[in-house]
Amino acid sequence: MKQLSTKVTGNGHGQDSSYFLGWEEYEKNPYDEIKNPNGMIQMGLAENQLCFDLIESWLAKNPDAASLKRNGQSIFRELALFQDYHGMPEFKKAMAEFMEEIRGNRVTFDPRKIVLAAGSTSANETLMFCLAEHGDAFLLPTPYYPGFDRDLKWRTGAEIVPIHCSSSNGFQITEAALQQAYQQAHKLDLKVKGVLVTNPSNPLGTALTRRELNLLVDFITSKNIHLISDEIYSGTMFGFEQFISVMDVLKDKKLENTEVSKRVHVVYSLSKDLGLPGFRVGAIYSNDEMIVSAATKMSSFGLVSSQTQYLLSALLSDKKFTSQYLEENQKRLKSRQKRLVSGLESAGITCLRSNAGLFCWVDMRHLLDTNTFEAELDLWKKIVYNVKLNISPGSSCHCTEPGWFRVCFANMSEDTLDLALKRLKTFVESTDCGRMISRSSHERLKSLRKKTVSNWVFRVSWSDRVPDER
Amino acid sequence: MKQLSTKVTSNAHGQDSSYFLGWEEYEKNPYDEIKNPNGIIQMGLAENQLCFDLIETWLAKNPDAAGLKKEGQSIFKELALFQDYHGLPEFKKALAEFMEEIRGNRVTFDPSKIVLTAGSTSANETLMFCLAEPGDAFLLPTPYYPGFDRDLKWRTGAEIVPIHCSSSNGFQITESALQQAYQQAQKLDLKVKGVLVTNPSNPLGTMLTRRELNLLVDFITSKNIHLISDEIYSGTVFGFEQFVSVMDVLKDKKLENSEVSRRVHVVYSLSKDLGLPGFRVGAIYSNDEMVVSAATKMSSFGLVSSQTQYLLSALLSDKKFTGTYLNENQKRLKIRQKQLVSGLEAAGVTCLKSNAGLFCWVDMRHLLDTNTFEAELELWKKIVYEVKLNISPGSSCHCTEPGWFRVCFANMSEETLDLAMKRLKEYVESTDSRRLISKSSHERIKSLRKRTVSNWVFRVSWTDRVPDER
Repeated sequence: MKQLSTKVTGNGHGQDSSYFLGWEEYEKNPYDEIKNPNGMIQMGLAENQLCFDLIESWLAKNPDAASLKRNGQSIFRELALFQDYHGMPEFKKAMAEFMEEIRGNRVTFDPRKIVLAAGSTSANETLMFCLAEHGDAFLLPTPYYPGFDRDLKWRTGAEIVPIHCSSSNGFQITEAALQQAYQQAHKLDLKVKGVLVTNPSNPLGTALTRRELNLLVDFITSKNIHLISDEIYSGTMFGFEQFISVMDVLKDKKLENTEVSKRVHVVYSLSKDLGLPGFRVGAIYSNDEMIVSAATKMSSFGLVSSQTQYLLSALLSDKKFTSQYLEENQKRLKSRQKRLVSGLESAGITCLRSNAGLFCWVDMRHLLDTNTFEAELDLWKKIVYNVKLNISPGSSCHCTEPGWFRVCFANMSEDTLDLALKRLKTFVESTDCGRMISRSSHERLKSLRKKTVSNWVFRVSWSDRVPDER
Repeated sequence: MKQLSTKVTSNAHGQDSSYFLGWEEYEKNPYDEIKNPNGIIQMGLAENQLCFDLIETWLAKNPDAAGLKKEGQSIFKELALFQDYHGLPEFKKALAEFMEEIRGNRVTFDPSKIVLTAGSTSANETLMFCLAEPGDAFLLPTPYYPGFDRDLKWRTGAEIVPIHCSSSNGFQITESALQQAYQQAQKLDLKVKGVLVTNPSNPLGTMLTRRELNLLVDFITSKNIHLISDEIYSGTVFGFEQFVSVMDVLKDKKLENSEVSRRVHVVYSLSKDLGLPGFRVGAIYSNDEMVVSAATKMSSFGLVSSQTQYLLSALLSDKKFTGTYLNENQKRLKIRQKQLVSGLEAAGVTCLKSNAGLFCWVDMRHLLDTNTFEAELELWKKIVYEVKLNISPGSSCHCTEPGWFRVCFANMSEETLDLAMKRLKEYVESTDSRRLISKSSHERIKSLRKRTVSNWVFRVSWTDRVPDER
């Protein structure tokens, strides 16, 4: 008799993907400025290491928060016993307000509609358990975060059907792509339960436009399905525009408190904005009482440590800290992204114009031998093993076009980033055909900037008042 | 189209059970010595509040552990980023050694076989996902922890088939009960994947005897199935005998490193022994590499906060502390249990002789109007609403005999326990027919102690050398 479940013996954990394999290679030979200067530079991990100093200063000034004290008195006992899956009220309140602050206080979040979870990994899986039966499907725009294959499908038995997005319009979601995905699900005899988007997008590094958001809300309305908006990167927006949440759109369309709004759910986490993936803090926000109720019970399987809830409720309740943090975070991300983009340009490489996130979506199609995923994998191996940079190949993100890579910029020092770009430039120039492309790309880019009509390579998400030309 | 999953719309979360309803009643009217002296006393929550002072003292002497520092230097950044699902090595090492210490260092635990999870709630569910397909069954001896209905079945789709235990032999597991359960599963067309026991038992408060453990190991060997031993209460053993783990039995039967040993898995947690349910620290221990590997990946859905891993690795690495703690914990639990048992006796109420746990399994059959579960529920309501004690009725633990209740003793002060016993005595004496029974029960118990042959009410688990007479 089969002794272990198919979840164990199958590869539904999704970890045979290159996304995870590159990580493993890095672990074997990690770069260290002093101890291993020729090691692999990790550019495949979307971490935000730019603002730890701000949190460390706050911790030094507020020692009670970490020391399990309140006003100098130990509250260890209270915290040790606190396992209420409704979560610490002060913490949920602070989270709700932080989420509002990120959205310019244009929308409100009711703390009672928040369900805490051990990271957004847990939040997303829990939502799947609530919204989908075995074999039901969710539509996801490609490219998407490789972890979703595990998080949404592995233990839930749900399926993902891709909404194909292409570089022809900067990977934006179109009506046609949505309908096509929906029909594909039908062909596969899968019941579509909803759409899940990450906004701002991982791996694109772009915020969804208002047009796309309206399109999504209209789509789920007409199909009577759910919309999950994973807004984990909402606090990493550094472009000129402010972040538009699906909650903004519901408000602007006067759909708050309607039946549709009960089918829109937001997922959040402090892993990216605050750089705290180790603390395991995620949240589901839903207007549907039954979901809040069920997800709350399910959160028993992944509660946030009370020790951590307490520390972060103190941190996030400090409005002086939060506003300073969000502003500084934005500044530093912007300048770091610029650094990556110029470094890539001098290597003759362009990327999708981004305004959020901890990474860029880099176009290396011109470096492929052939326009195939095999060629992409070959290039990736060269970059990992020869150039010693761990970056994520687009195929691991289910991108339909070969040659795109996600490159992270916020998880290393400026010097390390410079070194990485230098190595990349050296590699590109060492390839014969690469050398010519590098130069001519560089020229081309210079002239492009002078044009007013944006090239198809650039994504203009900054002006919704101008018709979207991609 | 059905918009929410059946997991949401049905009651498989198990929270319609009286176990949780009593809890709700308590929340509405909680006892407080000063503010609400007539409120409901919580005796339904298996918490260990007896040794917080020991931990608080340790924290005061070791401020770095909670303060996110190592040798005075901030390691905040390192912890904030640490999300490796393999867990903090120092913590797994300390946990392994703590588990060894609890078992008198007779067996060894390899840290690389430990999978950390957010509480044993998460650990048990994860093991189900690894060992069972939807529709497969695990056999559990009754009475069992009500939470298992949710933890083992809800999202996994697994089934529980009870192994009926009765008061005729002190609720011990017998060969025939095991076989009967196995056959029952087959009648129901369910594939049995294993047996799950809690040792020491919740709600019985007793350790499994060596004979029962041998029986279990032989049973899973012959049926080629798994054995999960939830040893969450292993550090609460206060009787004369030491705790015998299934790991001891494997060693004594020379089955370590055998194929059978790969089908024996231990679950642990710091929620009961250390009284830290709020910190969400659980673990799976397995000799099966594939289970460790899959469970490790699944732990992504419920990782332990790095902040908490660090604090507890410091605490548990301090052997002086752990030695003192385990010793003192045992002492205080023993005293408190005695206090409960005498208080019950004075009310003419007996209980299963216990040697572990944070509760007693109390015999109130003589207080029932009829030998039915309806009568048990009537009695329970009286005790909750009139006597104002929240205790857990045996039916919520799937006990096959009406009239048994689980009563906790380690989650309140001595004075509160005295008050609870006083209230109970008054109630029992106030019932006319009860008055006679109360007096004669008291006499009867006194004389019983003089006998050498134990009455069937008492469970003798202290002398395995004597043939088990229950």
